[in-house]
Amino acid sequence: MGLAIYSLWHREVLRFLLDRARVFSSLGQPVIFWLLFSGALGQSSFRPGQLGYGEYFFVGGLAMTLLFTAIFSTITVIEDRKEGFLQGVLVAPVPRLAIVLGKVLGSTTLALLNGLVFCALMPVAGVPWTPLGLLTVVGVMTILALALAGMGYSLAWLMDSSAGYHGIMMVLFMPMLLLSGAFFPAQGAHWVMRGLMTVNPLTYGVGALRHAIYGSNSPATADLPGMPACLLVSVGFAAAMLALGTLTTLRRTARDAN
Amino acid sequence: MSAAVEVRGVSFAYGERVALRDVSVSVERGVTHAFLGPNGSGKSTLFKILATILPPQRGTVRILGLDVETQLAAVRRHLGVVFQAPALDRKLSVRRNLEYGGHLYGLRGGALRRTIDEMLAHTGLRDRANEPVERLSGGLKRRVELAKGLMGTPDVLLLDEPTTGLDPGARKDLWQFLASRSGLTVLATTHLMDEAQLAGRITILHEGGVVAEGTPSELEQLVGGELLQLRSPDPARLAEAVKARFGVETKVLEHTLRIRAADAHRLIGDLVDAFGDQIDAVTLSHPTLEDVYIEKTGHRFWAADAEGA
Repeated sequence: MGLAIYSLWHREVLRFLLDRARVFSSLGQPVIFWLLFSGALGQSSFRPGQLGYGEYFFVGGLAMTLLFTAIFSTITVIEDRKEGFLQGVLVAPVPRLAIVLGKVLGSTTLALLNGLVFCALMPVAGVPWTPLGLLTVVGVMTILALALAGMGYSLAWLMDSSAGYHGIMMVLFMPMLLLSGAFFPAQGAHWVMRGLMTVNPLTYGVGALRHAIYGSNSPATADLPGMPACLLVSVGFAAAMLALGTLTTLRRTARDAN
Repeated sequence: MSAAVEVRGVSFAYGERVALRDVSVSVERGVTHAFLGPNGSGKSTLFKILATILPPQRGTVRILGLDVETQLAAVRRHLGVVFQAPALDRKLSVRRNLEYGGHLYGLRGGALRRTIDEMLAHTGLRDRANEPVERLSGGLKRRVELAKGLMGTPDVLLLDEPTTGLDPGARKDLWQFLASRSGLTVLATTHLMDEAQLAGRITILHEGGVVAEGTPSELEQLVGGELLQLRSPDPARLAEAVKARFGVETKVLEHTLRIRAADAHRLIGDLVDAFGDQIDAVTLSHPTLEDVYIEKTGHRFWAADAEGA
């Protein structure tokens, strides 16, 4: 099974790297968003966590990089199904768990790679960084990337068209990102939004990234849930999404034959 | 030794629509076997059941004596499957595609390289191994698919409409290649008469059931004799008259009256003398697979195709 997982992972990463448009857009989008938002709001009096908006939104851009890379690379499940590739794997002497792990680990790797590249913006954004902080950021990004890739994969496994998947992305994943503390903090938001932000698991992932960068005694993290809570929820989110992906894949249905 | 494939009393329905009814087929080891039928005849469903992607709802399927339901993992180790939809990564090289195919069957390192080189040599793709698949012609792409399906050195190879989109020359090449692999049992679905003709044995499917089975020549002999086709504006009236006068069996299909007899050609002169005014054209031929199909089902092959689609 290890070989099959490796093979599917390798294919995922290779196909991404060979597709220049995908490499460019998955990195370009968060960078452009960051430039636009920090340019527009950088001089304003909106200073969440006592940070300039450019600095505040850096972690948002990072979360966005992870989300979009993971989501866009799991869309390939739909293409694989449309073409005969997935069927070829389903009839091979390979456990279905290998498909989940190969695909999800592939997407996780890509998200992590893009996340690391985005981290190069830290000095530009004026984000403080230390080797230990960076290491913690990488750890949190890994957990978060796993969760998001698992989520994207589970949904893609159940969908028939990538157009439909894009629709879901706009009504589910975009609001999830907007209400995660990536763009604005919970403080000062309408109570409905605050409620949604509390139940949104991504809030805790974004929170963990902020804790990793600023530590727990900074105004930047003062209004967030504590680091242990952020980590616990994020790990739970990842575990739940991996379990969901596995369950959907293990079910042998007539759809496999389409 | 058990048969390569043993299908017994298999039925399958998609909701209300019955795709297979009580199908039984046995395929000997080492032969090439075609499942011939128009769209909607159930051949694709049978293919999916054999490929272990759909479980049979009723009946049993054994591949090399192994049950596809209870011994699924073992069955899959002996099976190679080439689907109709392309399964290749077009941007990746031929070699890379075969590598990924081999991984799924546990091949790595030297064994993987040797198998790939062997496949490239056998399919005549050695010179193109490092090119991206998208640069190959349709026929060559199909060969890569085939090579990928053979990476696990299967005992039984399943092909779904293997030569769709190929020219007749490439089609013949492919079947010759398949027949040349000794010990390999090949099962292919097809809706093309001339493709089925290339197989060692043929099973004809119609509306989810088996209507005839045998070697191509056996099937043609099933119809036997010569076939006389008379084109007529009113074939039903002509049929009555011909039957009354000559006492031969006739069949009406659209605008033609079909007469099958051992020496049908002897009738031509008398028929034209007697009913020349009712006959537009006369054709004499030896029975083909299409005639077998018509004989067994009362439908024209392509007409059934259109109904099924």
